[in-house]
Amino acid sequence: MSLKDQVQSCLGPLVVAVSECQGDLSVEVSRENIKAALSKLKEDPGLSFDFLSDLFGVDNSELYKKTAAKPAKKAEAETAPEEPPKPQEFPPRFEVIYLLLSLKTNKRLQVKVRVPEENPVVDSVVSLFKAATWPEREAYDMYGIRFNGHPDLRRLLMWEGFPAYPLRKDYPLEGRGEERHLIYD
Amino acid sequence: MINHDDYVKINIGPSHPAMHGTLRVVAYTDGETVVSADPEIGYLHRGVEKLGEHLSYHQFIPITDRLNYCSAICNNVSYEMAVEKLLGVSAPEKAQLVRVIMMELARIADHQVCVGILGVDLGAFTPFFYLIIQREEIYEIFEHYNGARLTNTFGRIGGVEADLPKDFEQRWKKLKEGIARANEETDKLLTHNRIWMDRTIGVTTFSAEDALAWGFTGPCLRACGVKRDLRKDEPYSVYDRFDFEVPVGKYGDVFDRYMVRMREMEESVKIIDQAFKLYKDMPADAPLMAKVPKTIKPPAGEVYSAIESPNGELGFFIKSDGSDKPYRIKIRPPCYMVYQAFPEMVKGEMIADLIACLSSLNVIAGELDR
Repeated sequence: MSLKDQVQSCLGPLVVAVSECQGDLSVEVSRENIKAALSKLKEDPGLSFDFLSDLFGVDNSELYKKTAAKPAKKAEAETAPEEPPKPQEFPPRFEVIYLLLSLKTNKRLQVKVRVPEENPVVDSVVSLFKAATWPEREAYDMYGIRFNGHPDLRRLLMWEGFPAYPLRKDYPLEGRGEERHLIYD
Repeated sequence: MINHDDYVKINIGPSHPAMHGTLRVVAYTDGETVVSADPEIGYLHRGVEKLGEHLSYHQFIPITDRLNYCSAICNNVSYEMAVEKLLGVSAPEKAQLVRVIMMELARIADHQVCVGILGVDLGAFTPFFYLIIQREEIYEIFEHYNGARLTNTFGRIGGVEADLPKDFEQRWKKLKEGIARANEETDKLLTHNRIWMDRTIGVTTFSAEDALAWGFTGPCLRACGVKRDLRKDEPYSVYDRFDFEVPVGKYGDVFDRYMVRMREMEESVKIIDQAFKLYKDMPADAPLMAKVPKTIKPPAGEVYSAIESPNGELGFFIKSDGSDKPYRIKIRPPCYMVYQAFPEMVKGEMIADLIACLSSLNVIAGELDR
C-alpha cells in the first residue's frame, strides 16, 4: 500500500485534498481537525509520524491574485464585456504547513491547513509535539496567525510591540521604518 | 508558575563574550541555581526568507552562506538540492563527489570551531589554537577552490562550478595528518582532564524521548543515544556508497556532545578518503553540470529537501508559483529546534553550566535568526 493510501485510510473523512509534488506527499485537512489529524497520524502504528520537523505559515494572497488575473483576460477576449465582473471567491488567505517525519519508516508528509484572514486562529499542537513551541511563535510573529492553546504566544524574532507582520505579502521588503522604543523593565 | 520576585534576575548577553554576541538569556536564579531561563532571539534577524521571495533562484545562493557561516557549503548544497528537486534534475556523479568532499571538509571545520569554542567558554584556551590552525588549512582548500574562505557560495543549481584544485591530493594528505594531530592533542588536553570532566559530565543531561519531542537532530540528538543521521537514514547525494559509522552518546550531556563531535570528525575524514578515491577514478572530462536552463523557472509546486548539516537536519521548503522567483522559502535551521529546549535543559543547573550547555549546543545566530 502506498503512503498516499495509508494516509487516506488513516485519516478517512478528515482529508480535504491530497497533492503530490516530486514525491512529496501533501495532505490538506480542515482547520478544526488539525489536532485530531496529527494525533491520528502519530498514533497509527503503520505510519507513526512521531517527529515534527517544522511548522510555518504561507501567505497565498499574491498567488490567488495572479491566478485570478489570467482567466479574466481570456474571458474578456472571448465573451461580450457587458457582463458585470463577479466578485472573486478566493480560498482562505493563509496556510499553515506541518512537516512530519516518521522515525520508523523515514517517510515524510506535509499536512496543510487553510486559515482565513478575518479569524486567523488554529489549534496549537504543542501538547502533541513540543517542537512546535517556537515555530508557532514564529508563525504568529511573521503572519499574525494565532495558535489556540499555546502556552506562551509571544513574538519571537521581532520585538514585542512591532506594528506589522513582516512576512505577509503586503509588507514591503524594505520595511516601513519602524523604530524600536526600548522599555527597560 | 514561579514567582519571579523571589529570585535574582540576571541578564546574560547579548553583549557578553560567552553569548557569542547575538544571544540573550534572561535567567532567574536562586543563589547560583537557575530557576528559569528565557532565551530571547532575533538579534541577527535579517529577513532572509523575505529576501528570498524577491531574488531569483540563483541570487539566493550567496544569501544561504550567511545562515550557518561556520559551514556555508552545507547551506549552499542543501538549497541547491531543494531547487534541483523542484526542477526534477540531479547533479552528475562527479559533481556529487565534489560536493560530498567539500561538505565533509565544512563539517570538520564546523566541529573544530564548536569544540574549540566550548573549550574557550569553559576556560581551556589551548585546544582552540590546535583546532583553529587546522581549520585555517581547510579554508586554504576552499580558497583554492573558488576564492572564498568563509562565505563560499559553493556550487550551482544542477552541479558545481569546477573540479577540485590540482594540488588537492597533496593538501589533503597534509591536512589529514594535521586533523589527526589536532584531535589527538585536544583529546589529551580535555577528555581525561579532571577539570574538564567535572565541568561537562552529567551537565544538562537530556533524555532521548525529550530530545525527539523537542525536534532535536544532529550531534545533540545522537549524544542522547538516538542513532539518527540523514546520511544513513535517508541517503541523499552519494552517501549510500561510503562506509562510515554514526557515533552516539548515552546521556546527552555536554561531554557526550563533545565526544560525538570529536568522533564525527574522524568519520568525515574516512568519507573524504573514500570519496576522493572515487573522484580520482572518474574521467577528467566527466560533466560537472546537469542540463539546467539559464533562467530557472520551476513548475508550480512545493517541495522540502533536507540534508545532514554539521548541526543536524538543515532543510529548505520551497514553494514555486511558476515564476523565476520562489514564492516562499522556509529554512529549517537545526539549532533553532535545539535552542528552544534550552529553558528545560538548564532548569536546576548552575549558572556556569548554562554557558557550557549553550556552547555545546553550537547555536549559530545566523541560522537561528535567519
